[in-house]
Amino acid sequence: MTKKLIIIGAGMASGRVLEHLTDQAPGAYDITLFNAEPRGNYNRIMLSPVLSGEKTYDEIVTHDHAWYADARVTCRFGERIAQIDRTAKTVTAENGDVLAYDKLLIGTGSNPFMIPLPGHDLQGVIAYRDLEDTQDMMAMGPDNKVVVIGGGLLGLEAAAGMAARGADVTVVHIMGHLMERQLDEAAAYLLRKALVDKGITVRCSANSKEVLGRDGHVRALLLDDGTELPCDLLVMAVGIRPNTALAQDAGLAVGRGIHVDDQMITSDPDVLAVGECIEHDGAIFGLVAPLYDQAKVAAQTLLGSSGRFVQKELSTKLKVTGCDLFSAGDFADAEGREDIVFRDPARGVYRRLVIENNTVIGAVMYGDTADSNWFFGLIRDKTDISEMRETLIFGPAFQGGSPQDPLAAVAALPRDAEICGCNGICKGQIEDAIAAGATDLGAVRATSKASGSCGTCTGLVEQVLAVTLGDDFVMPAAASVCGCTDMTHEDLRRMIKSQRLTSMPAVWQECGWKTSCGCHICRPALNFYLLADWPLEYRDDPQSRFINERKHANIQKDGTFSVVPRMWGGITTPDELRAIADAADKYAVPTVKVTGGQRIDLLGVRGEDLPDIWADLNAAGMVSGHAYSKGLRTVKTCVGTDHCRFGTQDSTGLGIKLEKTLWGSWTPHKLKLAVSGCPRNCAEATCKDIGVVCVDSGFQISIGGAAGMDVRETTLLCQVATEEETIDVVKAVTQLYRENAKYLDRIYKWMNKVGIDWIISRVVEDAAERAALVERFEVSQSIYRKDPWAEHATERAETYRPVADLSLEAAE
Amino acid sequence: MTHWIDIAALDAIPQRGARVIKTGLGCVAVFRTGADEVFALDNACPHKAGPLAEGIVHGKAVTCPLHNWVISLETGQAQGADEGQVATYPARVEAGRVLLDATFLRARAVA
Repeated sequence: MTKKLIIIGAGMASGRVLEHLTDQAPGAYDITLFNAEPRGNYNRIMLSPVLSGEKTYDEIVTHDHAWYADARVTCRFGERIAQIDRTAKTVTAENGDVLAYDKLLIGTGSNPFMIPLPGHDLQGVIAYRDLEDTQDMMAMGPDNKVVVIGGGLLGLEAAAGMAARGADVTVVHIMGHLMERQLDEAAAYLLRKALVDKGITVRCSANSKEVLGRDGHVRALLLDDGTELPCDLLVMAVGIRPNTALAQDAGLAVGRGIHVDDQMITSDPDVLAVGECIEHDGAIFGLVAPLYDQAKVAAQTLLGSSGRFVQKELSTKLKVTGCDLFSAGDFADAEGREDIVFRDPARGVYRRLVIENNTVIGAVMYGDTADSNWFFGLIRDKTDISEMRETLIFGPAFQGGSPQDPLAAVAALPRDAEICGCNGICKGQIEDAIAAGATDLGAVRATSKASGSCGTCTGLVEQVLAVTLGDDFVMPAAASVCGCTDMTHEDLRRMIKSQRLTSMPAVWQECGWKTSCGCHICRPALNFYLLADWPLEYRDDPQSRFINERKHANIQKDGTFSVVPRMWGGITTPDELRAIADAADKYAVPTVKVTGGQRIDLLGVRGEDLPDIWADLNAAGMVSGHAYSKGLRTVKTCVGTDHCRFGTQDSTGLGIKLEKTLWGSWTPHKLKLAVSGCPRNCAEATCKDIGVVCVDSGFQISIGGAAGMDVRETTLLCQVATEEETIDVVKAVTQLYRENAKYLDRIYKWMNKVGIDWIISRVVEDAAERAALVERFEVSQSIYRKDPWAEHATERAETYRPVADLSLEAAE
Repeated sequence: MTHWIDIAALDAIPQRGARVIKTGLGCVAVFRTGADEVFALDNACPHKAGPLAEGIVHGKAVTCPLHNWVISLETGQAQGADEGQVATYPARVEAGRVLLDATFLRARAVA
């Protein structure tokens, strides 16, 4: 008598088992196939092309009725199995039929995970799993708004599919970048850019809080920052869980999935399982390649031969037209690994290989994945790559070519990319000037005005010359920011502005960074440039800051810190002094010193005490003095007309006003101010970055002083009549400096490069420009003019303490 | 014999950052790279004992906050022209938790 095989679930894995069985031994089993979905097997991974309209459902059906009839499989579609009785070796169908089996194959697949947000059971909240879900999504068109929760493979395919049908789609992703399990930040940046180009809105680091409804139907998704995203359909694509309920009820061994051995046999020798419902050697499976391997082994087991399932390296490709990405292997979690990174900004290409022991163990590619199979082969076969290491990253076709072109980033710029910000000159105009006979910098300047004002774009103009003229132009050597890039600081600032680069991964990619994530030299500079140019879009990255700015205190040689509370204009009170004295006692501060900037410095505070001492000083009304920052430090004052016989104006009052306006602002280097009440200049204003000297008729504002490594007297910028105008000029010149100077240039160095005349023409002579600078300064200050101590003491205190204390453990 | 002990959640350490663990004999710095690898090193630069945990993490290296020595997180070796090495300890991530080898840490206490 023919043995009876019952299969539960008509999915891709069990479908492949059927094919093997009917190919190799037709008639070996009398097969009955149950499926909860009212249809047979279709290629589930091709649902995305169906959604986007590139394929029809009929095209992705793998087994139709005729196929099952030919294979003599009894189909019971739309019927669930209610129970398995392993002792009697029977299954019970929903309608009560009891069927005996000799062998049972479980292929119940997985269930999508629905986040249990309030409102997740409203109508219009769906997963992305089967044909019904796909049809719901296909109904969305140009009049519909859709929100997709989940920026992984499935979520993005769903989003792209609906966007292709014209729907207004927003992707909400909890992590900092898309597809974080498969991609690094740089590749995710390119992917995001491509999706945004398709009209999809992407919100990363976004936490969903509640699904809002009206009349039982979804109306919007509420995020925990209070944002409401209106939608007609909400798709949750956040992951899958093996569907093990039936197996568990039957008493089979189940962990995260149904436990199987290398032969796909469960804890019962007559019951096999394949596909997304299983757990093999601790792993569960969501991609199709291992499912097919499992199916082959299961068929062999059923036919009495011995196959063995081995887990292999996996690769991922995203099925979204125009987003060419590939990731494979492992790029984390071990020692002894190195990166090889290649970026081609012109073509939007990014490639990263992870090398260990002369083999490739991981690869991420975006933009050009033509060689992905070759790289995947290297990973899978553990090929020794030491011979081809130098040119490996360029792929199989490339052996022994030239190294990366340092001009690639500039060559990639479109003609309308603005190069010279002062004069509004685009790359195309420079190319035209060159074509018209200007073959050196001076001629380009004379004919197009590019780089003729502040001059900070000189490097870029020279690169346009080099790209356009080739060998006819010899590039003057200029120092690059660091080993991660060939660009100078000036080039970088222009690129960030003209190409609207608003994140670090964007800069790394578009400017062709040679490392995966920069270094201690370029990252602090980049962080400053990005926050100075895009205060609203860019979020400050503490991990790219030197420790003093990350922990808002000055590190000392023994690893302790100094704490300097702000004293506006150098004015303090008995109460503040008492609070400082109390804090010094309480935290056993070894040294209390008066600084040159009219502040009190508490030296020798332990790092883990910082949040507590700040909280105490905050409670007494004091805030951070920023004595550690590349930003506004102090405004030093004399007593002016309050007490002094010679004072001409209220210098103390003006100093306090200036400090209250400027505090918290980040600048390329430290920024020290002073206001003196008369030309006797007791506040030493003429050796500060910005100095104000009061005179009878008004206020003399001068800039570019120094009293450190260099000693310089300030240069007069202008004289104005009122305090208000003084404050505006100081804000404007500070903003001009923030927007244009090289990181770590004090004002005097910047002034020597651009010239005082250029600064005067912007800040003094051009009233509209001054107003615009003041406005941009205020926009930035709306983010940064606040006390970091208060924020850290209340929200981040934990990060200042040890993450664990093993002192007892180690003593055992 | 390795004896892995659970130290903290991976998320307690910022990407491209570090946190400190107190032990009987000084602090160990646990680093997390941009690619979510973790490394444990003595929290003292071979140069002037600067607190490495406070440095800027880039690739698989950290720059000491005191005098910019660059230390490999994998080997503890100073990079470039500088010479010196700090002790490293086995560390790994499992299910979102950072694990350290207690046997190694104890050996350090004995040494």
